[in-house]
Amino acid sequence: MNSIMTHGLAAQAEVHQVVRDASGLISSTWLLIAFPLLGAAVLLLGGRRLDKTGHLIGTAASCLSFVMAVALFVAMLGESGDARAFNVPLWEWFNAAGYQVEVGLLLDQLSMAFVLLITGVGSLIHVYSIGYMEHDERRRRFFGYLNLFVAAMLLLVLASDYLILFIGWEGVGLASYLLIGFWQHKPSAAVAAKKAFVVNRVGDMGMVLAIASMIVVFGSSSFELVFAGAGDAPTSWLNALGLLLLLAACGKSAQFPLQSWLLDAMEGPTPVSALIHAATMVTAGVYLVVRSAAIYDLAPEARTAVVLVGTITLLMGAIIGCAKDDIKKALAGSTMSQIGYMMLAAGLGPAGYAFAIFHLITHGFFKANMFLGAGSVMHGMNDEVNMRRFGGLRAAMPVTFLTFALGYLAIIGIPPFAGYFSKDKIIEAAFADNILIGLCALIGAGITAFYMTRVMLMTFLTSKRWAEDVHPHESPRVMTWPLIGLAALSLVGGAALLYVGGGIVEWLEPVTGEEHHDLPLPVAALIAITLVVVVAGVAVAWLLYGRRPVPVEAPAGNPLTVAARRDLYGDAVNEAVLMRPGQYLTRSLVYVENRGVDGAVIGAAKAVGGLSARWRRWQTGFVRSYALTMLTGAGLVVVAMLLVRLP
Amino acid sequence: MSPTPYLVLATLLFTIGGAGVLLRRNALVAFMSVELMLNAANLAFVTFARMHGNLDGQIMAFFVMVIAAAEVVVGLAIIVMIFRTRRSASVDDASLLKL
Amino acid sequence: MSPLAAVAAQVGETTASTAGEEVLFWIIAPLAVIGALGLVFSRKAVHGALFLAVTMIGLAILYIALEAPFLGVVQVVVYTGAIMMLFLFVIMLIGVDASDSRVETIRGQRGAAALAVFGVIVLLVAVTGRAALPDPVGTAQAAPEGNVYAIADLIFGRYVWAFETVAAVLITAAVGAMALTHRERLARRHSQREQSERRFREGDPKDAAGMPVPGVYARHNAVDTPALLPDGTPAESSVSPVLVARGATRLAEEFATDVGRLGPEPKPGEAESTAERPTEPSDAATSGLPDDSPAAHGTEETDDEPEQDGGDAR
Repeated sequence: MNSIMTHGLAAQAEVHQVVRDASGLISSTWLLIAFPLLGAAVLLLGGRRLDKTGHLIGTAASCLSFVMAVALFVAMLGESGDARAFNVPLWEWFNAAGYQVEVGLLLDQLSMAFVLLITGVGSLIHVYSIGYMEHDERRRRFFGYLNLFVAAMLLLVLASDYLILFIGWEGVGLASYLLIGFWQHKPSAAVAAKKAFVVNRVGDMGMVLAIASMIVVFGSSSFELVFAGAGDAPTSWLNALGLLLLLAACGKSAQFPLQSWLLDAMEGPTPVSALIHAATMVTAGVYLVVRSAAIYDLAPEARTAVVLVGTITLLMGAIIGCAKDDIKKALAGSTMSQIGYMMLAAGLGPAGYAFAIFHLITHGFFKANMFLGAGSVMHGMNDEVNMRRFGGLRAAMPVTFLTFALGYLAIIGIPPFAGYFSKDKIIEAAFADNILIGLCALIGAGITAFYMTRVMLMTFLTSKRWAEDVHPHESPRVMTWPLIGLAALSLVGGAALLYVGGGIVEWLEPVTGEEHHDLPLPVAALIAITLVVVVAGVAVAWLLYGRRPVPVEAPAGNPLTVAARRDLYGDAVNEAVLMRPGQYLTRSLVYVENRGVDGAVIGAAKAVGGLSARWRRWQTGFVRSYALTMLTGAGLVVVAMLLVRLP
Repeated sequence: MSPTPYLVLATLLFTIGGAGVLLRRNALVAFMSVELMLNAANLAFVTFARMHGNLDGQIMAFFVMVIAAAEVVVGLAIIVMIFRTRRSASVDDASLLKL
Repeated sequence: MSPLAAVAAQVGETTASTAGEEVLFWIIAPLAVIGALGLVFSRKAVHGALFLAVTMIGLAILYIALEAPFLGVVQVVVYTGAIMMLFLFVIMLIGVDASDSRVETIRGQRGAAALAVFGVIVLLVAVTGRAALPDPVGTAQAAPEGNVYAIADLIFGRYVWAFETVAAVLITAAVGAMALTHRERLARRHSQREQSERRFREGDPKDAAGMPVPGVYARHNAVDTPALLPDGTPAESSVSPVLVARGATRLAEEFATDVGRLGPEPKPGEAESTAERPTEPSDAATSGLPDDSPAAHGTEETDDEPEQDGGDAR
């Protein structure tokens, strides 16, 4: 890890590009957010009269946003390479005691990449949802939530101030909560939504503290001032900021130790899982780390923590993905693992930022593709999610099978599919940085190959293990066309992003900087080793699941399998470490409250009441008794005076 | 003549008045006993005025009389009111403030 | 020099020789104490009031002896003359006949009161007896022009503010008493014509000419005695229901026999002997009422509506 430490000085030298004020088309960037926000408002406030057309309005809003994004992209391409960052000021939010918050958008290469991913994949998933949610009577509301999510996510990636970013950050959290719990009649969905919300609060606390620290250290939370001041700030503050931002990223991106909510979040409708919990929202943590590059560049300890978190999560997610029989949960484990790769890359500093974003985008393609494929399978199998009940679906759903297979090849990293390019770059960067981290990434790739092959075999190949009343059929075109689109992107997206017009690395270079390391062994050798590991993973999976019949009931399995089935005891740990002590604490507090505080108060009241009841007897109500008391008292006063006066 | 016999007389009248207040239930008698106590105090005032050789004590006794007149007017009005509403002039009956 | 000042001057002269004053004191003081004890131990409020008047007059005399002639006169005029009369009026108003029960209702009150009173007497007498008091200076020095002049000087000089304040207190007390005893008339007052019409419409026709007046007898005529009808039976309706309710009526038979006994041999001296009867307890009710106009009073009592008069009288 020593080499990571040394990055700091190198990164300091790098020059960030100048941010210009926007003009022309780019000054209308706010329309990106306005379209889906308006759509959400119309759909959620419009009421039942929009039930018939709601899905079209929602899809149109998303597609308009995508068109706008493409237009902006073209406009941006027209500028020279280091002059593609634009500041779009909107209005001053508040100016309190020197702390000024400007509502404004920052459109640069990084946010542009995210905008295209969000609006592009988002629009495809909107189209897909038209078919998937056709029979749901609350479809209008679903599209309203989706539009709300798109608007919030765009605000998140376009904000030019951490405080504005935080609004989008909470907005996607809200949308995620609403959509995970969309089928709120299922207790499991309601609980899962609550769990996601609560776990995210932990991360949000990190975000809030980070913003507060920025105000203390830099007197501002805007990107411009924070990044400009980062060079002069003490390293301890920068490390603290980096760790707090990492905590926020862990919450949103389901990284260790806040990973537990993502698997349960699969209770939501599958398009939600594809859009929010695979392609976009869960990658917001990666965005946050990359966006805060100026801070992480100067905070080596925090960056080490990012690498560690990413590495642990990529292995954990992969292991969990191996044991899950629920197709969506297997894919969710895979998502965790892949985001772990991104975090790992982001933690490598300028050497890895671009690859993190690269993998993020390709992952957005193929993971959305596979989630939608899984949704298509469920659609044809009466919402069955247990892979042990699938098998042999290749013939029944050819389009789904083929698109899913392309996604599969992409994720395990077979050239020339998308995942090969992005993941291979991360493994390279990891090896260049530290052999141990590199080995972990390499093992992760092997496990990825194993569990994805397992999913593939159990779902589409092998023998049929369907339930009796299930009649699998191919999904309607409105669902298959998005699949095809995403599959195409999974096929060519990687190569295109890496090579067309200089590629994403050059595109992002003005934002993230660039750095090269010497590999301890030749690149070709590393590629070969990676491929061998991947093929070994595929082979093991085929030996275990392809050659032998898959039992319908899950076998007992070894301890590792059992642990993986239980999410590597993530929930158990949370329960034992946080929930139970918290419960004991609250119960003991309640006890103290009831017996101690209330007891004291009620006891005092009772004592006063009892004494009063006794003393009340003195009050006979007879004025003559009172007169007697007065006379006696007056006599006693005289006696007292005499006693004092007498020597 | 020494003031002492006058003061002893005042003391006796005062305590007899006090006894009247304590022992008699009739509001009017109790009230008259209060007047007796005031008179006893007045006697002491006048005695001391003479003993000290100035008239302040007499002035004080005079004011006590005036205030006593005002007190009697209000007190008797109250007694009449109580008698009207409760058909009784007993001070023991006017014990409604006690539960 | 006014007569009062003359008295004061005379009294002032006696301070030199205290023998006369001591005689006066030892005559008046027991009377005052007896009056006070009488107040406490008389069963009837009227008697108590009269006993108290005795004490107050005694005190007035002592004031004069103590070189305070002005206060002595004020004591007689204000206390004995005005305040005690006010008490007597109220006593008449709320029932002069009611004599208090001697039974103590509050447990332990009598014993505790006796103990407390005894304690206070012992305490105060011991204190005043043990105190080494100087011989009185006398007010001659302080009131060279006489007591009244000196007091006037002080009241309208040094104590003028207290005087004004006390005046305000008196006015307030008067207004307060009126506010306390004032009652709103809830129903319209009936005119004589309306009463007459109602009597014809609702009442017994034999009462149409008016209710019978109370009895008028040779030796006793009062509102508390019913008239006798021609057949010799008493007419109960001739007595005010207020007196009936109070239990203050007398039996007509008593006088009916009187009539029979007195009929043959009337003696002019008898009227003198019965004049003492009002001192009897049951007669006290009439002592405050004018005896001269029995008929006029009786008609008023019976003709007027009971509920109007009754509220005040009962």
